[in-house]
Amino acid sequence: MSADILPTANRRDFLKTLGLAGGALVLGISSANAGAPAPAGSGILNINAAPVGTELTPYIIIEKSVGGKPGKITIMNPKPDMGQGTFQAVPALIAEELGVALNQVTILQTGGEKAFGGQISGGSSSVRGSYMALRKVGASAREMLVMAASQQWNVPAEECTVANAQVHHKASGRSIAYGDLIDVASKLPVPTSPKLKSPKDFTILGKPSPRPDVPAKVSGRAQFGIDVKVPGMLYASVERSPIIGSKLVSFDDTKTKQVKGVRQVVKASRVLEQNKYDGVAVVADNYWAALKGRRALAVKWDHQGLDAFNTVAYEKQLHELAKQDGVVDHTTGDFSKALAEAPTKIDAFYETPMVSHSPMEPMNCVVNWPTPDTVELWTSSQAPDWIKSKMADEFKIKPADIKVNITFNGGGFGRRLFQDFVLEAAHIARSVGKPVKVVWTREDDTQLGPFRPMTFSAMRAGLGADGLPVAFQHKVISPSIDATLGRTRDAAKPDKTMTEGISEQKYEIPNVDNRYIFADLQVPTGYWRAVTSTTLAFSHECFIDEMAHQAKKDPMDYRMAMLTKDSDTKKVLAKLREVSNWDKPLPAGKGRGVAQWEFFAGLAGHVVEVSKQQDGSVKVDKVYCVIDLGTVVNPDMVRNQVEGAICMGLVAATKEGITFANGQAQQTNFDTNQMLRINEMPAVEVHILADGGNTIKGVGEPGLPPVAPALANAIFAATGKRMRRLPIDLAKV
Amino acid sequence: MIKLTINNQPQSLDVDPDMPLLWAIRDVVGLTGTKFGCGIAQCGACTVHLDGAPIRSCSVPVSAVAGQKITTIEGLSKNADHPVQKAWIEHQVPQCGYCQSGQIMSAVALLKQIPKPTDADIDAAMQGNICRCGTYVRIREAIHTASAEISAAPKMKNASKLGKR
Repeated sequence: MSADILPTANRRDFLKTLGLAGGALVLGISSANAGAPAPAGSGILNINAAPVGTELTPYIIIEKSVGGKPGKITIMNPKPDMGQGTFQAVPALIAEELGVALNQVTILQTGGEKAFGGQISGGSSSVRGSYMALRKVGASAREMLVMAASQQWNVPAEECTVANAQVHHKASGRSIAYGDLIDVASKLPVPTSPKLKSPKDFTILGKPSPRPDVPAKVSGRAQFGIDVKVPGMLYASVERSPIIGSKLVSFDDTKTKQVKGVRQVVKASRVLEQNKYDGVAVVADNYWAALKGRRALAVKWDHQGLDAFNTVAYEKQLHELAKQDGVVDHTTGDFSKALAEAPTKIDAFYETPMVSHSPMEPMNCVVNWPTPDTVELWTSSQAPDWIKSKMADEFKIKPADIKVNITFNGGGFGRRLFQDFVLEAAHIARSVGKPVKVVWTREDDTQLGPFRPMTFSAMRAGLGADGLPVAFQHKVISPSIDATLGRTRDAAKPDKTMTEGISEQKYEIPNVDNRYIFADLQVPTGYWRAVTSTTLAFSHECFIDEMAHQAKKDPMDYRMAMLTKDSDTKKVLAKLREVSNWDKPLPAGKGRGVAQWEFFAGLAGHVVEVSKQQDGSVKVDKVYCVIDLGTVVNPDMVRNQVEGAICMGLVAATKEGITFANGQAQQTNFDTNQMLRINEMPAVEVHILADGGNTIKGVGEPGLPPVAPALANAIFAATGKRMRRLPIDLAKV
Repeated sequence: MIKLTINNQPQSLDVDPDMPLLWAIRDVVGLTGTKFGCGIAQCGACTVHLDGAPIRSCSVPVSAVAGQKITTIEGLSKNADHPVQKAWIEHQVPQCGYCQSGQIMSAVALLKQIPKPTDADIDAAMQGNICRCGTYVRIREAIHTASAEISAAPKMKNASKLGKR
């Protein structure tokens, strides 16, 4: 990649921000960039290029037609694409209402500018959170273009239609391109309540649509943060203590400076929320020299006792803590009384490990400080606007003086919601006084967190004479993500992130008492795809199976018996029963298990089929999924996401995860921190419940939580062995 | 100076002979389609072809391939129209896309060796490539689709020059 394709000027520098937040519409007035030459094409799909033309809203920029050639149309995508398909699905909301096909437009990524409101890709919120707001943006722009045409033709606006970036007037047979209307349209008042299309007229939404980023991603042309190069840029690799939190005492860089290509060695600071971690950055002419120089460093750390930490002892501590009452998350009825009176009581204890995000693209960031108070950076991030605010806080500079360029993310899964790698790179570039690209190694990524926290669950239930529960308790014992990140928390209140979903299940149980017990942890933890639901669904839904077994009921029948009222959960399970052929017995040695989970992101259920192998191992044969959406934007992408969530769920359920000894993670790279490989991937069948209407649920995460419990329940069905601890070693069940 | 050919272009690189081929390709030659994933030949994101055979460029010093012919994802086709790339588009395989250059290079090498692979052949050949997004179901389908197209097409010029694996 050459420097000439990098953005030199950005329309957003000139953008008149009129207080827009989250998809309201303002009339764009800037045309400062109109007529500016398009960035020279190098073949790399650079989603940070400067759009050309006049904005109709901050999201829609239309170039004036010249000599009969229709002007280019640009749509801004406010939600970074990390593989979840926002680069198609979010602009599609605008394009559908605007009356353009996605292959007629250029899509560019926003960089945290205030005009675009919240720009976080996370919480499975990108499409559902933008669904109405961005359709309104597209519809308002359409009405302005139609108004301009109707004025020019002197016909009623109602007689005009739009398609393919043109306004048409059927009666007179006239058509006009948007590029011929932009000058007039952009000066019209903005409609405050534009008329939205009827879903029956949709041409893009709801249909399986190819994603515009795919051709670039199969030819090496898609630009990720790690691919960015700016003129005069140096490369850095940072030595940090593998025992997270050690203080830097001193370092000797004599040998480092003998490595050809090494320019400078500077202290680094990785700011992860309220935690600050020391480091030593080796800055060089190329990344290999930086790495070699880093290996030659001699660094003295003060571990401050942090090297005593190990997960075996920590788990014992969690077991001890489980005896406490904790704080109440949710109660219904009188749990203690109902339990005492129940004819049958059962209890079980469930354990899960910490796991890493491990996106395939290691953390990286390019930072340039043209002046001490202005900065430009390029990175793969899920959170452009959070970068702006964190950078402003850390360096005491104005958000307007921070330019953020977000590339495609080579995976995110929650890891790229954090700004630690950005702030660290910004500190290094500031010290060096030149543009610097910092790239983490896989070892850095694997060992330094933040990790998904482990949760332990103490489950108790009292069953009535009919076998159905009269009392139910889910007690979560775990560290708190907020606490490990140094945020203040109220010990008297439940940590809702850590009890996620346990009190949202639709099972009708008269007496419930869900609780949280806090455990301190020195290791930073964070949001991992589907967050705490990924571990709590395991304990919760496996215990429901244990209850069914105790009651001598089929696990599906048992769940349905607790769902007498209409609910989406009931619909999901009924559909699962049908598509998985649940009622057709499997041959001996095979088993199937079911689990569902409803939480902030949405709702899905799986049936997993496994088979016992000759060598004592268990093979995952097939996963059936039903995901409940209400309204769907790109069904093919939904399938893709669910297939991926199932894969990721299987990794978390069956691979070792992250363990600590002597204060440091025992896993370093993909040899020890194993991922699922193609030979381990089961067949997947995805069914989408989407009848339309105003309900729209999340896609990226709901496919994950039911994986581990459905798998463990299937293993019980096939082998009679109850799995209460993750990971499950499929080789020797 | 280390001389080698990348995508049919002769290159003379003034670099540390220890520098892994990956960093020479990315940082020095400037072709960024080949990705860094692990640095220890465990993930396959850096897969390129050495005289047609797949290698992990993160673990091969550039001096070890002096005088040889390297093909990267950029050299596979001009317009993303290699049968494997077309199949990847047809099946909408990529999610984040970061590992896909390596996946595609491994798949192309597989199909040169075994034009009609079984699922077991695919498992064996593609096990070295990790996809964290979990696109394996589609990778498998896309390889079968590409295989069908290659088999149906008139014999390609290079089809007889099978790389050693």
